[in-house]
Amino acid sequence: MSDLIALVGDVVAHYNQWITVFLMVSGLYIVIARGNMVKKLVGLSLFQTSVYLLYISAGKILSGTAPIIDPHFTVYSHPLPHVLILTAIVVGIATLAVGLALVVRINEAYGTIEEDEIFKRDDDR
Amino acid sequence: MRLDVILRVVTKLILPFVLVFAIYVQFHGDYGPGGGFQAGVIAGATIILYALIYGLASARRLVPAALVEAMIPLGVLVYAGVGVVGWLTGANFLDYSHLAHDPVHGQEWGVFLVEAGVFITVSATMVAIFYAFAGRGRR
Amino acid sequence: MVRVRNLFAVVVLSGIYSFLMASVLLVLDAVDVALTEASVGAGVGTVLLLGTLYLTKTEEARPVHSILLPLFVAVGTAAVLIWGVSATPPFGIADTPVQLAGPDYIHRSLAETGIANVVSSVLASYRGFDTLGETTVIFTAGIAVLMLLKHAAPPGSGRKD
Repeated sequence: MSDLIALVGDVVAHYNQWITVFLMVSGLYIVIARGNMVKKLVGLSLFQTSVYLLYISAGKILSGTAPIIDPHFTVYSHPLPHVLILTAIVVGIATLAVGLALVVRINEAYGTIEEDEIFKRDDDR
Repeated sequence: MRLDVILRVVTKLILPFVLVFAIYVQFHGDYGPGGGFQAGVIAGATIILYALIYGLASARRLVPAALVEAMIPLGVLVYAGVGVVGWLTGANFLDYSHLAHDPVHGQEWGVFLVEAGVFITVSATMVAIFYAFAGRGRR
Repeated sequence: MVRVRNLFAVVVLSGIYSFLMASVLLVLDAVDVALTEASVGAGVGTVLLLGTLYLTKTEEARPVHSILLPLFVAVGTAAVLIWGVSATPPFGIADTPVQLAGPDYIHRSLAETGIANVVSSVLASYRGFDTLGETTVIFTAGIAVLMLLKHAAPPGSGRKD
């Protein structure tokens, strides 16, 4: 019985990981299961956001504050994940911009942005 | 009376404040949240908002596409230039210690110049990408 | 967002999601990251997606393939991920291996660089080379989009309505 309580306590203590995994898997599902290219890119950005949450929640200390040095506070959250995720967000938007430009060109070349119709049109050629 | 009078008037009123906020975020990146990337995106969003409300042609008159396209590599050049100046003053690449009379001031100058370079590139890229998407329109 | 088929609604939902994520990041004490996520995700991201919808279609077609295989892959990945993260330390504790290098940067930042925002000093000074790489990535993305989309579309292509 105490094993079960320890297990439940463990699950609740890691709730940030559960949320991250849920978001990551829904983003992954959108990328694999849907054929529309714009929706795939939105799913990819959903996936990336869950990764940001994973890193930043790992660096958080529960009674700390933001890592800006101030005489009133002594405990700060870890600044390194913030730096990495800042870079990751900007790279993510760069990838999104290039991906959307490619979608626009694909639409002009094939007349559609659905993956299935593009494959069919390529097979027919 | 045109239907978008509210949008035009409100945009004309708040655009200067948004631009000042972008410059505030850029220069106060040392004392609070902020820095080059956030300020660059906000400044780019200012021009994009102007283009959305007043039309792409007036935005292109205000901020010409050639200027924007020249600014994109300029920021990277400023950043790499600070690194090369680090070489020329006898230390490593991107070492800011010798840029001023003592290392702490050198660091402050280095960070200032580097964030300015990032601001130029990020804002120019956002505006250029928007010009490219909006200018592609249907014939 | 998974099941909605009107792409305009998907874009608006993704903007709302970015704002919510920025609020969550703010609560997690990541102020710089929250500012960036709000301005980039909800601002420029939404503008670019809407621009793409303007140039292509706004409705998603009915899915043709069965959803069983992607669902199976998604659930399998979730199980593996949960098994993988179960060994990490609980949320918010201070003396874990992850927190080892943090106090070092916090102590050194004000003395060596004179900058109070540790994230800015790490980004621009201690890890300045990574930021040079990141600026180059933005530059490359701008050049790539300009190469793809600069000139107006040839007549007869694009939206067919």
